[in-house]
Amino acid sequence: MKFSARSLFANALTGHKNWPEQFPDKEPEKQYDVIIVGAGGHGLGAAYYLAKKYGIRNVAVIEKGWLGGGNTGRNTTVIRSNYLYDESAAIYDHSVDLWDGLSQELNYNTMFSKRGVLMLAHNIHDVQSFQRHIHANRLNGVDNQWLSREDCKAFLPILDISERPHYPVLGGALQMRAGTARHDSVAWGYARAASQIGVDIIQNCAVTGIRRSKDGAVTGVETEKGFIKANKIAVSAAGHSAVVMAMAGLRFPLESYPLQALVSEPVKPVMPCVVMSNAVHAYISQSDKGELVIGAGTDQYTSYSQRGALHILEHTLMSICELFPIFKRMRMLRSWAGIVDVTPDRSPILGKTPIEGLYVNCGWGTGGFKATPGAADLLAYTIAHDEPHKINAPFNLDRFTGGRLIDEAAAAAVAH
Amino acid sequence: MFLIHCPYCDEDRPEIEFSYAGEAHIARPQNADAISDAEWSEYLFIRENKRGIHCERWWHTNGCNRFFNAVRNTVTDKFIMTYEMGEPRPTPEEIEAARDDD
Ligand SMILES: Cc1cc2nc3c(=O)[nH]c(=O)nc-3n(C[C@H](O)[C@H](O)[C@H](O)COP(=O)(O)OP(=O)(O)OC[C@H]3O[C@@H](n4cnc5c(N)ncnc54)[C@H](O)[C@@H]3O)c2cc1C
Ligand SMILES: [Zn+2]
Repeated sequence: MKFSARSLFANALTGHKNWPEQFPDKEPEKQYDVIIVGAGGHGLGAAYYLAKKYGIRNVAVIEKGWLGGGNTGRNTTVIRSNYLYDESAAIYDHSVDLWDGLSQELNYNTMFSKRGVLMLAHNIHDVQSFQRHIHANRLNGVDNQWLSREDCKAFLPILDISERPHYPVLGGALQMRAGTARHDSVAWGYARAASQIGVDIIQNCAVTGIRRSKDGAVTGVETEKGFIKANKIAVSAAGHSAVVMAMAGLRFPLESYPLQALVSEPVKPVMPCVVMSNAVHAYISQSDKGELVIGAGTDQYTSYSQRGALHILEHTLMSICELFPIFKRMRMLRSWAGIVDVTPDRSPILGKTPIEGLYVNCGWGTGGFKATPGAADLLAYTIAHDEPHKINAPFNLDRFTGGRLIDEAAAAAVAH
Repeated sequence: MFLIHCPYCDEDRPEIEFSYAGEAHIARPQNADAISDAEWSEYLFIRENKRGIHCERWWHTNGCNRFFNAVRNTVTDKFIMTYEMGEPRPTPEEIEAARDDD
């Protein structure tokens, strides 16, 4: 079934009661060519590209909860690629390229909106480091431009650019190709497209073990619904990646932290872009429904509770009100947390592991939603070729031994 | 926000008085020039990141300003015990005896 003006109209005539199931919930077969652990956007996308680009269709995505219920369904949807280092620019920009045609490719509206991401500079250090980023980005063909204080005001009329003592706005870096998308839609769109071409999506089925043969290669996964055979297993379990890798006896350079976000009551359009401020430590955008979408920082301790502390949210809201006094009386509707997997250099790990047949895509931490199509595409490539694509090759696990880190801690200073 | 028992102050104090300081009982190798890259990487980067019972350091930054260790369940976030710096990692039996979270 394809979505089109015609199918919409036809279904309207029957009161939208006859739409077929979009992604059937399957019971597992005994054996697959590839098993992907984790039905977030990354895992579902990887299954889709495996089937679509490489003709590997005997694939299962196994999810312990419901699909898209992890960080994919909990994030604030900021999409951008203005990262400092060459390796990062390449991997994030690859993803933005794919976001561009994704709705058409999946025949599912992911609502990718290039509304621009504006990063505010409040002090000389910000100005210098943003300009360095802009130059580095341009050398890599990634768009990013400097806006003067007045240009910032013209772009974002509610911005206060007066000479205030705290956090005056000295200018900003604007990436115009950046923006937001609809998080659930990405998971649902990939799930639907993948299952239409043969991928099985198995929900409510936690992976509890990874079985290996005598020579060490993987042979399948133990799950709540029994053992399922596969010679290729890819783990894409975000905050729980270290837990799943431990099932294969691997220790990973990952720590899992709660990361929170919150939304306000819906209001008329007031925030035309995404605004980030590293110095004040806040970022904000407005959903198409009208809610202000606000991202907080991580808690300081590791946790799997999927619940963060209230004082973190208070701190975030103080920052937002400092930047935008206009929002002082807004009421917040709800807040929630996800568990994010953070690496020592704040860059992902995407590639092979020391175990034959075991692949990994993790460590996206606070900022992997933007990477969903790119990571999915590269993970599929890595599985199909049994070697990484040149874009994800630098994001290997060995860098933590060899020392070639990709230190994006500065770019990721605000969780996004 | 947690209430954390500082073993030096011997008081339950709110979390905002404390800073988290990572996994506990990780000793810096004394023979840095003799060990392999893999061992050095293990010390620098590899963490238990345990789902469950976790030994970790806390720093009473806005109190007595001393470091101490704690055992916490990272699934429920419940603190099981805290102990002074230099004391050995509690045994599984000691942790089990101190648990009242399930
Ligand atoms: C509050 C918040 C705000 C964020 N904001 C942004 C942002 O603005 N921009 C951005 O780019 N990124 C953001 N991120 C990060 C982003 O959400 C993640 O990096 C990204 O969504 C990860 O996608 P994923 O598909 O890898 O993981 P997930 O969607 O988390 O999928 C992993 C899945 O694995 C499943 N799983 C775990 N263990 C098992 C098991 N044993 N067996 C089976 N399944 C298992 C989980 O249930 C989960 O569904 C944010 C994150 C949070 C929490
Ligand atoms: Zn104290």
